[in-house]
Amino acid sequence: MTAVRPGSQPPTRAPDRSLSLIVLAIISSALLLISQERSWLAALPSFIGNILKNPLVASLVLTLFLANLLFAYRWNAQLWAKLLVGGLSLFLILPWAGRDNTSVFDLAIQIGIFAALSLGLNIVVGLAGLLDLGYIAFFAVGAYTWGIFGSGQIGKVMTYFKENGSNGPLTLIIGLALLIATALSLRAINRVKGKRTPAANWGFLLAALGLVIGVILTVRGAVILASAGTALGSGVNPNFFWLFLILAVAAAASVGVLIGLPVLKLKGDYLAIITLGLGEVIRVLANNLSIYSNGSQGITPIGSASVPWLDSLAGGLGFSPDQYNLFFLYFLVLVIIAVIILVNMRLDRSRIGRAWIAIREDEIAAQAMGIPLVQTKLIAFATGASFAGIMGVIFAAKQTFISPESFILTQSISVLSMVVLGGLGSIPGVILGAAVVTILNISLLPSLGEATANLNLPQQVNPAQLQRLVFGGILVAMMLFRPEGLLPSVRQRRMMHEDDDVAGNLTPQDSIAGELNPENAAEVYSPGIATRADNERGGGTQ
Amino acid sequence: MDFATLAPFLVGVIVSGLVLGFVYAIIALGYTMVYGVLQLINFAHSEVFVTGAVVGFEVFRVLGDSPMNGYLKLLIALLAAMLVSGLLNVLIERLAYRPLRNAPRLVPLITAIGVSLILQDLIRIIEGFQGRFDLTYRLPEGFSTSFCGAESSCAPIGKFLGTVGIQLQLKEVMLVVVSLIMLGGLNYLVNYTKLGRAIRAVAQDRVTAGLMGIDANGIISLTFLIGGALGGVSGVLFGLKFGTVNAYSGFDPGIVAFTAAVLGGIGSIPGAVLGGLVLGVIQNLIGVTNILGNVLGLANLGVIDSSYQRIGAFLVLVLILIFKPTGLLGRSNTEKV
Repeated sequence: MTAVRPGSQPPTRAPDRSLSLIVLAIISSALLLISQERSWLAALPSFIGNILKNPLVASLVLTLFLANLLFAYRWNAQLWAKLLVGGLSLFLILPWAGRDNTSVFDLAIQIGIFAALSLGLNIVVGLAGLLDLGYIAFFAVGAYTWGIFGSGQIGKVMTYFKENGSNGPLTLIIGLALLIATALSLRAINRVKGKRTPAANWGFLLAALGLVIGVILTVRGAVILASAGTALGSGVNPNFFWLFLILAVAAAASVGVLIGLPVLKLKGDYLAIITLGLGEVIRVLANNLSIYSNGSQGITPIGSASVPWLDSLAGGLGFSPDQYNLFFLYFLVLVIIAVIILVNMRLDRSRIGRAWIAIREDEIAAQAMGIPLVQTKLIAFATGASFAGIMGVIFAAKQTFISPESFILTQSISVLSMVVLGGLGSIPGVILGAAVVTILNISLLPSLGEATANLNLPQQVNPAQLQRLVFGGILVAMMLFRPEGLLPSVRQRRMMHEDDDVAGNLTPQDSIAGELNPENAAEVYSPGIATRADNERGGGTQ
Repeated sequence: MDFATLAPFLVGVIVSGLVLGFVYAIIALGYTMVYGVLQLINFAHSEVFVTGAVVGFEVFRVLGDSPMNGYLKLLIALLAAMLVSGLLNVLIERLAYRPLRNAPRLVPLITAIGVSLILQDLIRIIEGFQGRFDLTYRLPEGFSTSFCGAESSCAPIGKFLGTVGIQLQLKEVMLVVVSLIMLGGLNYLVNYTKLGRAIRAVAQDRVTAGLMGIDANGIISLTFLIGGALGGVSGVLFGLKFGTVNAYSGFDPGIVAFTAAVLGGIGSIPGAVLGGLVLGVIQNLIGVTNILGNVLGLANLGVIDSSYQRIGAFLVLVLILIFKPTGLLGRSNTEKV
């Protein structure tokens, strides 16, 4: 993106840039609209038209347009100018451009989805300091929750159970009984304070296993009962979409708790590898439980709610009927993102938010101050998971197709790279990170590939295929040169740079001398991913 | 299948699991050694491993037509892979990890993920320029034949193995032999030499080791060299066993091997070997669970096929970590604020 240097804040107040903001917004909006509108493009002289038609230029124009939102947020300008630019861009220009080219809508929705995912992961990794490498699993849970019910898949499931299922009521009763019994015993075991004995551990494990079996039996019983009565050929009524938004949040959060319960006692690297593993477990299950998920072929077509007044509005604005869905999802994403940002801001300053940060900085000290570790971590896990769950539903509705391929480890890593790129713990930062990575991924790199298509580059170095290289490069370069991210939170920036001015000059650059520095020598190795010493990056760099 | 035929079948499954386990063990050693000195999950290790496999492929390809002895070719492949992977690992440490020595622990971890992604694409591009993606090993003649092919030439030990259901190919025998040599060599190096003592000292406490006159950075580089060399060897062994590698095939064995390292207690060398062997056997057993289910009358086990193998590895890991959070052979250390 464009050069924004939040690290170097000038001592005096920056000049008012309202005018340049508005001018830039007008220019970029005009360019965007012209480059998307074919009739306007045709009216222009052909050489300008050709330039604008170039996929790379079109993609850059779109990027510049989106960058306006960043400028509106960052620049020192009048409030009305900021609101005007932001509001018009989001509610007028972008839908307008999307009418002529649905890929603009697609990109915007995708940015929204990944921004929400990043905000969720930001809570887990950025605030609570729990490195979760299987985060995309919760996204998958949300997507499959709606995917199964919003498509013909549920009909297949019911037919299967009608033919093979037996004794629904009994299954349901056993399942519910098991569920209640194990949940109560889990609670009882958890209440036993003090040192955990092996017996308590075994009991806990057994109860957790029982809980999972209880859930499975209950659902199975319910499905058998339901399939005896009804037949759902093409999914549930689309209006249940709203219900499933909430159900997906609940499902993802409970999977988060289920996964979190056994593993959150582990720290740092162990937690990272276990979450990675459990993320893979969910993907493999999606691949193998083909009765429910249709295996690797994926589920399609997945429906979506329709809002009559929004549809007629879209129709009035000249959208074609096949674009109604995107139009609706775009505004839905905007609303959900707004809610998620609000929740995040409240959490950041709340008691639980401070508890997360305390855990991140030093678990033992936090525990000593009376923070219930497991409970606090579970809340972080569940909150992060719920954001992913709701966006999973949107993702399923937007793609109308989901398969296990969408939920691979690389996706988890790319969400992590968004969080890191933008700035761990910073809300505007991770949104920016999500936007940058998503634009790179679906717009800039592919268009670079198209633009260089006639240069006869070998297929291997086609930019569209270099996503891994580019991501890897971003991750490494960011960590080496700007570990606090593009838009770091104030706290993080201070932590990373507090000794730049003082210690940076005083500490010898020599590595041995750097390690002899008494403050470094006193460092305590905490197995968490929390910082090891307060004065990082001061002396030890060579 | 009944119980009479089941026993030798199971023995065969377990033995081939052990063979696979040796590959995992050697990869896991690369992870665990780096973790021992830096407390860093070297995510790029799986690509260091693939680099070794690619080097091995190139050696076998170039030497393919020469009348050289097959064992000599294997030796050259192993040495070349050790050299290239070891140096690559040192280079990675120098460029990507050393500048971050004192950063929060998440920082080098993310760098490691980044390096891993970069290397995947680089390997793909380099091999892609020669029009290759899947690299199929061109093994010397006789490597894929049964260890005990002709009855007449069969040693008594081979005959005995054959009767209890163990049928190994020559390359698998070599795989085990090479692994055992590497393990023995590493054990000697770490426990009985001055260099090994320095490595252990740095792993224990880098700063104090520096005070005792040990060049900590040098030792860390050396550890990466050894870890990378082990990765190279395991890459060639993997290519030997499975025959085909590509730029992305480091991921699966890398993850399993890391799981093995954690399972055994990360940082512990015998632990990594134990973890590798355990996971190799468990994976193979899960692969035949449906057959076992038929024998035992548990029809429901039939749905568990080989695609659940990786899940099995992780579930075992979860179970073990719940009860022994430091892994099978890991030491627990008390933390203080």
